[in-house]
Amino acid sequence: MLDQYIGVVITFALGAVIVLGMVSGSMIFGARSTSRRAVKDEVFECGNPSSGPARGRFSVHFYLVAILFIVFDVEVVFMYPWAIVFRQLGVPGLIEMLTFVAILGFGLAYVWRRGALAWD
Amino acid sequence: MLADRDSSLGPMKDLVLYLTDVAGPLRFAPYELVAMVAMLLFGAVVVFGFVLPVAGITSWLERRVWARIQSRVGPNRVGPQGFLQWLADGLKNLMKEDIIPSAADPWLFALAPYLVVIGFVATFAVVPFGDVLVIADLDIGILYITAVTGLVVVGVLMAGWASNNKWSLLGGIRSAAQIVSYEIPAGLSIFPVVLLTGTLSMQEIIRAQGWAPWHWFLFHDPFTFAAFFVFFVAALAEGNRTPFDLPEAESELVAGFCTEYSGMRYLLFFLAEWGNLYVIGAIVTTLFLGGWQVPPVTEHPVALAVFQLATFFAKAYFFVFVAMWVRATLPRVRVDQLMILCWKYMVPIALVNVVGTAIWMVVVPTSLGRVVAIAMTIGGAALVVIFFRRVRFHLRRARLGPADYYYSPFI
Repeated sequence: MLDQYIGVVITFALGAVIVLGMVSGSMIFGARSTSRRAVKDEVFECGNPSSGPARGRFSVHFYLVAILFIVFDVEVVFMYPWAIVFRQLGVPGLIEMLTFVAILGFGLAYVWRRGALAWD
Repeated sequence: MLADRDSSLGPMKDLVLYLTDVAGPLRFAPYELVAMVAMLLFGAVVVFGFVLPVAGITSWLERRVWARIQSRVGPNRVGPQGFLQWLADGLKNLMKEDIIPSAADPWLFALAPYLVVIGFVATFAVVPFGDVLVIADLDIGILYITAVTGLVVVGVLMAGWASNNKWSLLGGIRSAAQIVSYEIPAGLSIFPVVLLTGTLSMQEIIRAQGWAPWHWFLFHDPFTFAAFFVFFVAALAEGNRTPFDLPEAESELVAGFCTEYSGMRYLLFFLAEWGNLYVIGAIVTTLFLGGWQVPPVTEHPVALAVFQLATFFAKAYFFVFVAMWVRATLPRVRVDQLMILCWKYMVPIALVNVVGTAIWMVVVPTSLGRVVAIAMTIGGAALVVIFFRRVRFHLRRARLGPADYYYSPFI
């Protein structure tokens, strides 16, 4: 029942407590400098003066990967209920899922063929 | 909320029932309150008494193991054999200045370590330590783990974006692309086990296996055997470990997404990384290696719990050691190789494993399955023997010279 999830809430809270404790500990004990702030605040680019905005354009491949992930991960999530009741479903369940995986495999073959998986 | 008294308090249920009994020492307190406090205490013991020390000690052990592999000494000054190095590193980082660059987005920059650490600590809600030693035995245990580790991606991407630094942004988006890509083969490799057990609960998956290797799902059939390797490799990639540590590839990206971090916040990212190694080992042990199952040698509940804890920890920590070994041995892959390995090799193999296991369950009768399991166990043992012979061969050859000692793979 739902009270199982109290343990989940507790671990989330403990994770937050770890970060909060360590960061506030470093605020209390950590060094604090007032001088040379300007140098410390610079964007680190291996010692060179920073050039251009940091949030420039980046490769469209990252978007493609994100879209593919959404597609395939949703398919994977769809398969969880089937996997749990597979023993009860037997052969009909197997055939249905083979159809589903075949369509999924066809989708993978399609994006592969279209070059969405190439990275150069 | 806690009205159903039979559900998941695990080992504390009897204790709480005793405390809140009509004659118990806490008879004035409501059962629900005592139960919640007991769970909180158990969770705190697990997190502060186990998770943090294990993550810290792993950082020391990893440096010692690399040093050994690379013929160096490694940290050996603080404490016996340098054992307290991790505490010294923690103290050092505690004394450092916590810099938030003025160009950074201060809120996201400060928030990112929270997401990363929570995504790692929250997995311990369902990671078992023994038959009764688990914080919460969720029905959806393994699905829950894949869900909360998704928080790490958000944290890493947040750190990369908020830093307002080119290296950080590149590291962040690389990391996001890598982790989400490898989540698919990792998720698919869970299916063979879920198909066999019909449950997502970590404890039920372990109970469906046995203490003997031929009862493990690793040796159940060839598809689960393959799924084990796919899962472990994908988990290493999800944990940003070498050979997949591109997000923090120091030779090209300085320190990747944590370039602008300093002091404690910097340390927290690595705390999560080292702690995640144990989580990877624990998941692999649960899914494929029989978890805390032990031979029936004792009936005593405390002795049994200790024995199970030791078994589970030894199995899980073996994979932490393998991850260290891999990191000391293999060079880093390129980003295109990384993506090709995932999408063109591991995803198809993982799909075949799912289908193959399903067909195996329908087609292969139980008696034949048992024979296959024993045959695969013998094969696995033979592989281990060949490996150790190979190691011995190289050691002897290094000592005697190649002319005096030849290796025959057939003996």
